[in-house]
Amino acid sequence: MTIAIGHTARSRIVTRGLLFALPAILLMAVIYIIPVIVLMGFSLTDYSLGALNWRFVGLQNFVAAFKDPVFLRSLTNTALYAAIVIPAGVFLGLGVALLVHGRKASRGFWETAYFLPVTATLVAMATVWQFLLHPSLGPVNAAIKWFGFDPVSFLGNPALLIPTMALIGVWQILGFNMVLFLAGLTAIPQDLHEAARMDGARNPIDRFLTVTWPMLGPTTLFVVVTTSISAFKVFETVAVLTKGRSGSETLLYALYLEGFEYSNTGYAAALTLIFLAIVLILSIGQTVRMDRKVHY
Amino acid sequence: MRRFIPHILLAAGAAVMLLPFYWMILTSIRTPAEIFDISLWPVPDRFNGVENYGQAATSVPIARFMLNGVIVCSGILFVQVLTAVPAAYALAKLRFPGRRILMALVIAALCVPMQALALPLFVGLAQANLLNTYFAQMAPFFLSVFAIFLFRQSFRSYPDEIIEAARMDGFSEMEICWGLVLRGSLPSLAAFAIFSVVAHWNDLYWPMIVVSDTALAPPPLGMLLFSDAETGANYGALMAGATMITAPMIVCFVLARRHFIAGITMTGVK
Repeated sequence: MTIAIGHTARSRIVTRGLLFALPAILLMAVIYIIPVIVLMGFSLTDYSLGALNWRFVGLQNFVAAFKDPVFLRSLTNTALYAAIVIPAGVFLGLGVALLVHGRKASRGFWETAYFLPVTATLVAMATVWQFLLHPSLGPVNAAIKWFGFDPVSFLGNPALLIPTMALIGVWQILGFNMVLFLAGLTAIPQDLHEAARMDGARNPIDRFLTVTWPMLGPTTLFVVVTTSISAFKVFETVAVLTKGRSGSETLLYALYLEGFEYSNTGYAAALTLIFLAIVLILSIGQTVRMDRKVHY
Repeated sequence: MRRFIPHILLAAGAAVMLLPFYWMILTSIRTPAEIFDISLWPVPDRFNGVENYGQAATSVPIARFMLNGVIVCSGILFVQVLTAVPAAYALAKLRFPGRRILMALVIAALCVPMQALALPLFVGLAQANLLNTYFAQMAPFFLSVFAIFLFRQSFRSYPDEIIEAARMDGFSEMEICWGLVLRGSLPSLAAFAIFSVVAHWNDLYWPMIVVSDTALAPPPLGMLLFSDAETGANYGALMAGATMITAPMIVCFVLARRHFIAGITMTGVK
């Protein structure tokens, strides 16, 4: 500060500071701190909402979770969903970004087209997808039949439920990743491409591998982290398309059923903590990236 | 020829990306009979939009869902700004005990998804008999740690000299915070507003937990109840409902594309 201020002014600023932060501090306690403590407490009990009695069960809820076929299935389903959405969402996002980056006049149009699914209400769009993929009324199966193949029952065959929802997940997240990659591409100095050209990287693919891809390292890491976190939070498509039928529950949907449909509060609290642990592990990459920016 | 390859690839991809929107709008103006023909031809035999949209807006209260969405989103945004701006100003420009702890808590809370807090918040609201209220739909989002983080970063670059001069001139700290410093960060405020409204207009998880009364349902929950009830009987009205629910965000996005992309991908710069 350039101007010296007296003692009273200084203490005035201290009180102002506390006063200004007070609403946020109180809300922080009510919305974050107390709920997390209560959640941990619940996870050690057999409490169910509305019940008068409950007892302390130690870590039994966690032990039960890893023996619960529904929960284990929801874990594998979510992992399968993520295994499709992460690579497809990241690489298609990168591919589209590379193509859009070179456009001048039409760039705005392509950005709009690919970003539209990100803004659209997923619940409504999942309903549209359900219709698009309908075995007899949908244009997708009409096209498959026109090419001479048998119609595919995307939402009837249990083995296809998770892959189908993953395709919708890719459709939804692609534009988001494209925009992040576009920002990364814009940040690469043009000189580097010129230098690589001078050094003999005449082929665009060579230049991509020697300049673009290494320079995009931090962006790619960030995109992978955000994509995996959203993949592990998949919920809307399940709620609209399958409601968990034929063993298609995902982590968040299983958690929703236990906690809010069946009111197994204690058990659901344990599942919530497992979910939270997964999300926190995934966001460590993000924090690391924030702390020491990756450089090549 | 080679310079057209990127355009051809992009057009093929965009056709897939836009197909659901095209199909949704097309079906919403078709008669039930034509829906069974499955054609991508854009002109319907007979324009049935009035009937479909009328049915979606009245027999299913899509209009009511949208009003609920407006109430909930604006309520959330109003309180978020009201609480985050002073806190961010205090963190950026004022000294007070516990400032570092508060900042550390804000960053820690950024990593905690809402779904992890839903269970205890639901139990608390149920005990207080507040389920099925607008308050229950808004309350968990009254504090946006993301807004605090974003505004703090933005406020920090505001020159201290101007704040000092304003204090000398007798401006109150409130006036400095809301009148001067926030005015210097209007792009951040706009971006955050878009981010917040889009997120809560589209959210299904929390409304599904605290709302069972159809009259209070926000658009996604209303859409879910609608599609469950219809089960394919009337695709025209169903798609008309989907169009109405997605339209506000899509229209705003097309009109203010740059701001929208900045707002929604803001998580990318944090």
